[in-house]
This record gives sequence, structure tokens and C-alpha cells, in this order.
Amino acid sequence: MKRSLFRHRKRKDASRSAAGNISSFLFLVLMGLFMALPIVLSVSNSLKPMEELFVFPPKFLVRNPTLDNYSDLFNLMSESWVPFTRYLFNTVFVTVVGTLGHVLVASMCAFALAKRKFPGAKLIFAVILAALMFSVQVTSIPNYLIMSKLGWLDTYAALIIPAMAKPLGLFLMKQFMEQIPDALLEAARIDGAKEFQVFYKIALPQVVPALLTLIIFCFQDLWNMSGATYIYSEELKTLPYALSQISAAGISRSGVTAAVTVIMMVVPIVLFMLCQSNIVETMASSGIKD
Amino acid sequence: MEEKVKKPEDKTKLFPLLMRYGKLRAKQLGTDMKKNTTAYILIAPYCILFLLFYLIPVCISIGLGFTNFNVLEPPRFVGLQNYIDLFFADDIFLTAVKNTFIFAVITGPVGYFMALFIAWMINDIKNKKLRAFMTLLFYAPTISGQAYIIWKFIFSSDIYGIANGWLMRLGVISQPILYFEDASYCMTISIVVILWMSMGTGFLSFIAGLQNVDRTLYEAGYMDGVRNRFQELWYITLPSMKEQLMFGAVMTVTSSFAIHDQLAALAGFPSVRYCVHTVVSHLVDYGTVRFEMGYASAIATLLFVVMLGCNKLIQKVLGKVGR
Repeated sequence: MKRSLFRHRKRKDASRSAAGNISSFLFLVLMGLFMALPIVLSVSNSLKPMEELFVFPPKFLVRNPTLDNYSDLFNLMSESWVPFTRYLFNTVFVTVVGTLGHVLVASMCAFALAKRKFPGAKLIFAVILAALMFSVQVTSIPNYLIMSKLGWLDTYAALIIPAMAKPLGLFLMKQFMEQIPDALLEAARIDGAKEFQVFYKIALPQVVPALLTLIIFCFQDLWNMSGATYIYSEELKTLPYALSQISAAGISRSGVTAAVTVIMMVVPIVLFMLCQSNIVETMASSGIKD
Repeated sequence: MEEKVKKPEDKTKLFPLLMRYGKLRAKQLGTDMKKNTTAYILIAPYCILFLLFYLIPVCISIGLGFTNFNVLEPPRFVGLQNYIDLFFADDIFLTAVKNTFIFAVITGPVGYFMALFIAWMINDIKNKKLRAFMTLLFYAPTISGQAYIIWKFIFSSDIYGIANGWLMRLGVISQPILYFEDASYCMTISIVVILWMSMGTGFLSFIAGLQNVDRTLYEAGYMDGVRNRFQELWYITLPSMKEQLMFGAVMTVTSSFAIHDQLAALAGFPSVRYCVHTVVSHLVDYGTVRFEMGYASAIATLLFVVMLGCNKLIQKVLGKVGR
């Protein structure tokens, strides 16, 4: 039975023993459980009534599921000084504008780097590639200083604009754009298309999988960003920040915290599910040449 | 005598030649750049943002590392004092270095090979839907925001936490263990949590790379006597996805040196007796809590150098795959 789960390779079966197939499947199942159980537990906890959360011995799965935690969350939120919808709006606004900006700016630059040979192109790409090799914390302090010089502290710009410059998006888009056949672009140029028309009429439709991938990756980053370092005004704060304040209230809010966690994780997981095949297609060209 | 005459002669010949060559190159460059005005316009928006939020900050960080700067007063040059303090006067920094090193050495390679092997096994699954589901299952912890909070419930220090509750019911322990207050437990649990969410972008890259290995290579391999799956992996699969291996390595190295957020949420910030205090924790502490920007910049600069150095080193090692 288990063997039929694996792809048949007529001559390839030479390298696949049945015992190996079964043990590798068992290993996958065990690892899969390790990955899945904490997430299942999060969902289960968010449906537990208070008395089930504090019971000895603890139960893994919920016995009497209830949506109380979710309704408690909404009550808590409506009591807050800034309405819940405001936090939601802030996060959605920052996420949407930042994602669109990133996709536009990065794909324009990626198109030129991938399909045009001009002085400096190689150097620019090498520098951007090097930026993949260090994490955001390295630049966090100067970024704060630059933000304050520009007067962007405590504005949406502080969250949106730096997200547009993420090197990962540019890198993936450039690698993917290199597969567009040159002849296609050349034909459009001969027909008299201007360079910008070649970019958005010919090149962009060819790279839809990469566009979706950039959207998902950028969305994940912005959706989970609390931005508390840059934003002081309560009415500009984002959902993750508001939610982290709720969980900070401690043990009495365990149920509500679980509800918050579930809400925050459902959106990126569903989006990833919808675009999965496109993302895998894009990642195929993610390689770094040595 | 003769030599003295000869030398200036050579120079007078060489110099105008160089000048002419230089002028020609500059002219050529000028026309090349003019021809590509549209390309420069296309890259301009991204490059300006990149300059502003990546390149300039790195330079500022390196510069501020040599100063004493508390935001209120202008920075004061102190030479290498920050670095001397870090290594000779700051015991907590040395603890942070030790912890970061442990995390990087354990979670880096283990996470990387785990992602590679799991991607490899998922690729063997015949059913397309099941394959997509497995990919999602393993990638979900990475993208589910602050879902790692649930580990705080699993290892909670009261009797209602899953681990304590079950161990007590089984009679293994009689008192609840204070997991995050005990240095040895704290480290182990942190490593488990980091591994749980370590699939990352590299994992997706492996999944994609495996799907695109040229099938005819396998056929040729069997002719040449590849007999088991590990030989196939080492001699055929890995060499054909070398570029994805590089990308995965870059992502893993960068993230394994940047561990902080999950630990702060689980073990507290700062953690008990600095048991899981990392270099990034130290950076956050000095940068956003104490506002000693010069000192924090020195930490950031060290982090930058180590991340870049490790990445270069690992790329060299990976260049040898399959040989």
C-alpha cells in the first residue's frame, strides 16, 4: 500500500528499495507530526473554554469547542481606546501599499538587470546579492536614524518604504526574468514599442508566477510587522502590535491569545496555499551561481 | 648614465598612451550609458531605496562603531574602544557570542540538512496533491507569524502545560519543571523551537530544484551503476541542484545568526541568567533599550562581518558537492 504512494520509476526503481521507501515514508510522517502538532494545538486551544485550558492533566484536543475566545477578543478590541477596525485598517493599508510598491519597484529594476547590458549592471547585482547575506538587524540602528532625519518616524512611510527595498524580491525576480526569451522582447522593440511598454506589456505577463511569489513573501513580512520601534501614536499602530498587547496581559487571557495566534496565522497560510504552485515554479530559478 | 636617459623617455611615451586609452574608455562608457538611459530610469527607484535602507546604513553602522553616541549628543570618536570593551569588559557579550555560536552550529547545519532531506523525500511522493500538502505542512510553521507562542503553553511552568502535565501524570516528575527558568532546558527547548520553524525559503528552493532535475541524468546514472538512493542523491541529484543548495545555504546562515524574536517571546528578554541571550539580543538591548548607539553599532558591524564571512566560506565548501 505504502509503496504505491511513491512515484513509479520504471528503470529508476533500481535505486529505490521497498524497505527504504517505507522507512523514508515513516520518517516523513513522524517529522510531519512534529511540525503539525503545535499548529493543531494552537487551533484546539483557541476553541477551548476557560475551564478546559486550566485542567489537570491537560488535554491536547478540545472536548467542548466554543467560539467564546473569539467573541471575547472582539469585545476586548471594541473596548480599546482606538477601535479595532483602525488597527486592522493600518495593517491592511501598510501591507497592500508596501507589497504593490515592492513588486513594481523590484520588477522594474529586475527587468533592466536581467535583460539589458549596461555599465554597472553586474556591480549593482553583486551588491544586492551580498545584501541577502546579512539580516535586517545589522541595519536597524542606522535605519532608525535615517528615518528620523527624513521625518518619517511615526508615519506609515517608516513601515512601507523600507519594505520596498527587500533584496530577496529583487533577486528572485531577476533570476526569473532571465528566462524570458530575448527574441520576444526584440520583436516588440522592432515593432516600435518603447522600453516601458516592452516591460509592462511583454515582460510582466511572462513572469506572473514570480509576481505572485513576491506578493506572498512581501505580504508575509508586512502582515507580521509590529513596527513598534518606528510608530508611537496609538492610532497608527498595526494589528500584530495590538494583539501582542493583549497577549502581554498574561495567563488570564490564554484563550484570547490562542484566538489571536490563529487569526494571524490563517491569512498567510491560506495565501500560500492558493499560490503554492506558482511559488515553487519561481523558486526553481532561485539558484545562486558560484 | 644611459639608463637615466632611457627611463624618462619611456614614461613620456607611456603616459600619453594611457591618457588616450583612458579618454577612449571614458568616451565609450559615456556613449554606453547614454544608450541605456531607459535602463537607468528603470533601476533608479529600487536602487535609491536600496542605497538608503541597505548600503548607507551598513556604512553608517561601521562608522558609528568607532564612536560613543547616545542620540542626544553628537557622536564622539573613541577609536577601537567599543570593540575592546566588547571582548574584554563585557561578560554578557561573551555569553551572547557563545549562545549564538551554539545556535548557529546546531540549528544551521541541522536545519539545512533537515530541509534538504525532507524536500528530497517529499519529491518522491507520487501523488501530486499529497506532495503539495506535505510542502505546506512543513513550511507552515515558518510563515504562521507568532505561532511559536504555542510552545510557551506546551512548556509552561505550571501543571496545566502539556509537558509538565503529562510527565506528572506518568509519574516521571512530581514537581512542575520551570523550563524557561532553567538554563539547560531553556537552551534545548529553544533549539527545538528554532528547528521547528527552520524550513524557510531555502526549503521551497530545494523543492523546486528537485522537481527540475533532468530525468535523463538518472537513466544515465543507472547505466553507470548507481545502485541506491544515496548514491543517486550524491552523484546526480545534488550536483544538478547546486545553485539551489547555495541559495538555501545563504538563507540558513543569515537566519541562524539572527535568532532573537522567538526566544524573546518564549524565554523573556533578557532571558533568565542570559541563558539564551544572543548577539542580536545584545544589539537590541543596547540599541533600543539603553540607546548606546555607538556600542550597538559595533555589535552590528561584527554581526555583519561574521554573516558575510560565513556565507563566503560555505559557498566555497558547497562548490565541492558531488566531486
